[in-house]
Amino acid sequence: MSHKMTRGKKPLLPQELHPMDQWLRSERMPHIWCAGCGIGPTLYAWVRALDTVGIDKDKVVYVSGIGCCGRGSGYLDVDGFHTTHGRAIPFATGIKLVKPDLCVNVISGDGDIFSIGGNHFIHACRRNVDLLVICTNNFIYGMTGGQLAATTPIGDYSTTTPYGNIEPPFNTPYLADASGAVYVARWTSIHVRLLEKSIAEALRMKGFRYIEVLSPCPVNYGRRNRLREVDDIAKWFWQSSVIRHGADTREVQIEKGKPIILGNFVKREKLSYYGELKKLEEKVKRAAEAKK
Amino acid sequence: MGKTVLTGKHFWYGNIAIAEGAIAAGCRFFGGYPITPASEIAEHISKRFPEIGGIFVQFEDELASMAAILGASWAGAKSMTATSGPGLSLMMENLGLGVMMEVPTVVVNIQRGGPSTGLPTLTAQGDVMQAKWGSHGPYEIIALSPDSPQEAFDLTIRCFNLAEKYRVPVILLASETVGHSAGKVIVPPENEIELIDRKKPTVPPEEYLPYKPDEDLIPPMAYAGEGYAICTTGLTHNEKGYPDVSAETQEKLVRRLNDKIRKHMEEIVDVEEENMEDAKIAVVSYGQVSRPVKRAVKMAREDGIKVGSIKLITIWPFAENVIRKWAKQVELFIVPELNYGQIYLEVKREVAGNSETVLVPRMGGKLITPQEIYREIKKVSKK
Repeated sequence: MSHKMTRGKKPLLPQELHPMDQWLRSERMPHIWCAGCGIGPTLYAWVRALDTVGIDKDKVVYVSGIGCCGRGSGYLDVDGFHTTHGRAIPFATGIKLVKPDLCVNVISGDGDIFSIGGNHFIHACRRNVDLLVICTNNFIYGMTGGQLAATTPIGDYSTTTPYGNIEPPFNTPYLADASGAVYVARWTSIHVRLLEKSIAEALRMKGFRYIEVLSPCPVNYGRRNRLREVDDIAKWFWQSSVIRHGADTREVQIEKGKPIILGNFVKREKLSYYGELKKLEEKVKRAAEAKK
Repeated sequence: MGKTVLTGKHFWYGNIAIAEGAIAAGCRFFGGYPITPASEIAEHISKRFPEIGGIFVQFEDELASMAAILGASWAGAKSMTATSGPGLSLMMENLGLGVMMEVPTVVVNIQRGGPSTGLPTLTAQGDVMQAKWGSHGPYEIIALSPDSPQEAFDLTIRCFNLAEKYRVPVILLASETVGHSAGKVIVPPENEIELIDRKKPTVPPEEYLPYKPDEDLIPPMAYAGEGYAICTTGLTHNEKGYPDVSAETQEKLVRRLNDKIRKHMEEIVDVEEENMEDAKIAVVSYGQVSRPVKRAVKMAREDGIKVGSIKLITIWPFAENVIRKWAKQVELFIVPELNYGQIYLEVKREVAGNSETVLVPRMGGKLITPQEIYREIKKVSKK
């Protein structure tokens, strides 16, 4: 193994190795996530996709915000930036524009990306910044103890909606689609293989790519919403999900008692923000030369 | 490629001088949001950057702007933003992150009257305390205050150098009058501009600890994409950059973040003293107010009053040793400023009852004239 693989870590015995060990900061284990959480499987799918596509580990950047998912950037052995609440996307934009050869990923939660960071999300979609954004949507604020999120289904209970939620949640694929993202998909953390394929597809593209990953939070969401057992939410996902590639994103809102539509919804060609910037530079250069 | 350093003599607005100072300092990433009276900086950069290969992005707000310039700095660029009070309020969140992650970057504040939306088009100096501790938690910051377009140019370069050297966000605390008044700016030849770049790691990745400081308390900085697997967080962290939310780690980290500034006060602090040798009265001022002070002191000296001037170029860290030294000789300090007493309190604290301290406040909107300061000097000289 080269230093890239171990980075000075104590070599582990073969039986101690996790299949994805080369991507992990093993010395930081155990992680903080609860049993049944969907963040781990999502990251597993992501690193497998990075392997599949063959991206050099030294070129991978992982930017996260605040919340349970925010901690992920500190567990993987890549350049990891654990930033402020909601600001992962603009922080990542700064990195990507300065070093366009890097593979810059934002992996964060629904509270981070769609509540406090909602404005940054839509504007990054609109600009078509070269980022892969993966949102683990668990319908709740997990780390702070189970408060209402912008993704909590109507009628659901949280610590701040003790009588049930009256606010309609965001349909995040529709929001991304309408704001201009070039790739929009939704999977769940139990559809690991399909999620991995979708991430690999997105990694091969340029521009703003968005994948929503529905992710169980048995402790802070399931417990208050009759999905108490550790695998209840996974069962709900499994039993209710319908795969419909290319589905109209206006029709993929998540509602209790209705099918959960999964799939790769949007794939479009558009010059990325960096591409536009370079075009602009050329235009300015030509104008300056014409003046001479 | 266009010219980066516009060597020569210019007639520039302060805001243009700041933009050109940044370019001369090597800034190649600007993230900002329009705000009066700072917008000309973004406008000028948006015109200049495509000529010289810099990246200008007008973000959706100041929160994003500040976050993006931190990211850009981690990717290896010298980065900056420019705003005014209301924008600085929003930037405080990620300014704190910049302090915690130790990110070199420059934040320009063209001060206007506050609180709140206040006087959007008129001058003030009300953000002095916000510049120091506007973000939460115990930290030290560096802030410089220019009084003219020339100083705006020079100090912008110094802001970048200090940011790079100490791995901190540095604030250029200018004001509307400085940003919007035109004056002569001499840009030296490129090879005469001294530039400092951040320290880079000298050890291979497997030995690199991103938050292990050298003797100067400043850790070398690897960039994203160099194979160092940087781990960084706004959480309290150990030398590896890993979150470690213990009182012991907090104590060690926060002390160092403060001490890397406090222990380099001598190098950072810059003041201009005039007529201080025999002064019994000293006028302490900064930024645009220093200019009428200069004239007022001259007028009072013509009357035979033993008055001198201490102009603070560095606002933070505060020039405490300078004030303490002069407090042994000076009987009375006058502090004129465009607020209701901010630097005044710092001066008073350092004078510690050894001399008298008088505040000449103006809430902003218009300058304090030389005559007003002169009258104040006259009045106290009769005491």
